[in-house]
Amino acid sequence: MRTEELTLNLGPSHPSTHGVCRLVVRLDGEVVTHVEPVIGHLHRGIEKMAENRTYLQVVPLTDRLDYVGSMYANWAYCRAVERLAGIRVPERAEYLRVIVCELQRIASHMMGIGSSAADTGATSAFLYAFAQRDLVIDLFEALCGARLTYNYVRPGGVAFDLPEGWVEQCRSFVAQHPSAMLEIDELFFGNVIARARLKGIGVLDADTAVAWGVSGPSARGSGVDWDLRRDDPYSVYPRFDFDVVVGSNGDAYDRARVRLWECIESCRIIEQALDQLEPGPVMAEGLPRLLAPRPGDAYDHIESARGSLGVYLVSDGSVRPYRMKVRSPAFCNLAVLPLIATGHTLSDLLVILGSLDPVFGEVDR
Amino acid sequence: MATIEDIAEFLDKAPGGGILLTTVDAVMNWSRGKSLWTFPMGTACCAMEFIAASFSRFDFDRHGTIPRPDPRHCDVMVVAGTITHKMAPAVKRIYEQMPEPKWVVAMGNCAVSGGIFYYDTYSVVRGVDEFLPVDVYIAGCPPRPEALQDAILQLRKKIASESISPRRRRPVASELPQPSDPRKGDLEEQPLARSKATAGGPDV
Repeated sequence: MRTEELTLNLGPSHPSTHGVCRLVVRLDGEVVTHVEPVIGHLHRGIEKMAENRTYLQVVPLTDRLDYVGSMYANWAYCRAVERLAGIRVPERAEYLRVIVCELQRIASHMMGIGSSAADTGATSAFLYAFAQRDLVIDLFEALCGARLTYNYVRPGGVAFDLPEGWVEQCRSFVAQHPSAMLEIDELFFGNVIARARLKGIGVLDADTAVAWGVSGPSARGSGVDWDLRRDDPYSVYPRFDFDVVVGSNGDAYDRARVRLWECIESCRIIEQALDQLEPGPVMAEGLPRLLAPRPGDAYDHIESARGSLGVYLVSDGSVRPYRMKVRSPAFCNLAVLPLIATGHTLSDLLVILGSLDPVFGEVDR
Repeated sequence: MATIEDIAEFLDKAPGGGILLTTVDAVMNWSRGKSLWTFPMGTACCAMEFIAASFSRFDFDRHGTIPRPDPRHCDVMVVAGTITHKMAPAVKRIYEQMPEPKWVVAMGNCAVSGGIFYYDTYSVVRGVDEFLPVDVYIAGCPPRPEALQDAILQLRKKIASESISPRRRRPVASELPQPSDPRKGDLEEQPLARSKATAGGPDV
């Protein structure tokens, strides 16, 4: 029988592409022979816009980079500014940053696990995960009034101190969260359908992951034991006792499950941070209204929910950055998609894309 | 088979048909407003709030509003997020694929006017009403899920006052003249000022 290769255009508006990604797929029957992600449908020119904003005005723009985990981009940017301007951050502010970023990791991973579940048809697991995410969003709303774009971490510290009763609310969330995760583990990852759909799909070996610059849970699912919180410790992370979760097979199942166990580790970190939290100032003293760092450049990176998120800043001595460059983990993780999706079926392609957990605000910037 | 437009035309011409037309309108609007299926044109941050609105806590379903990813099933397109120049043709094409009657909700500041991306950027469409007729605008960056639900209720009110007769159709919000809008400006004066500037050239 004569067969013919079919070129299929998926997206840019497709319910399973997790944003505005267009995939040009070549198919042999149901099997993907080639896939090419076409990005840029959400390119908003944030890096260019930053050149026309003062250092403080850039912070709200970084919120819109990775809109599932806004706190990370805030923090990475602020760390770069602090390094550039030589600002010392008060200890309480560092603890607050760690707490909000670990909460953000939970919120972001709930979206990641949930969309992995929804891709395989398990919408109820998505609902369970989103219920947990809503609780985190409640905490953020009490803290800074916004549900999604926080603008909380600022150069020199954080915007607000904790409101009354927040610590108790946070503790009660952290106390119930691991058991909810174990429930999802049993409900979704223990399910025979999920195992059949996720195991052995989109296998990424450790060497390829390192060679392609894949980081975060997507790399750790392949057994790459690399976490900036432990391996290039920043902020107050050395004071906490936590484990880096590492998978072994590098398939979609391991990547999603690493995310789930990371949430439980995040709970451990938050508990320790709340215990160690001391009263004090949350913003560095004597900061000028307009920061004008001396000419030079600075790079700093943190471990975001998607991987190593870095911000590179160049200053020419004025009040605006001369250049901002974001090293986006979602972009680097997406690059490996054509490698690992080839040879799988079309329905698996979307599962593999979901397991890399890209956020297109950050991919396109 | 007579279409709705034929009925409207007949009733408009028939003596006393206007009374009957209002009754038909009432029935049509009642049925159209009860079950608005939305197309989630989610591109950025607002899409997260759209998802939150349709999940357990905010529960969109109780308004009969179900997100459907197929434009051919949908009545309302919710544009949630920044629309770039690269994305705009796809949005327009999806809008054209939706069957009549159809409505558009611009969710969030990016879809309303470009929002935070209004200035200094080269790639963002400054408001989805540049190329789509928008019925309801929701402010916020991003708006809360409750605001989206309120927008659906507002849209329902708007639908309740619509008519199947082309003579009685109400203009959509984005087609009304908006002198305060810097993009559209004063409708009479702006082209004149522009032609003056180009004809005379800059004063040296």
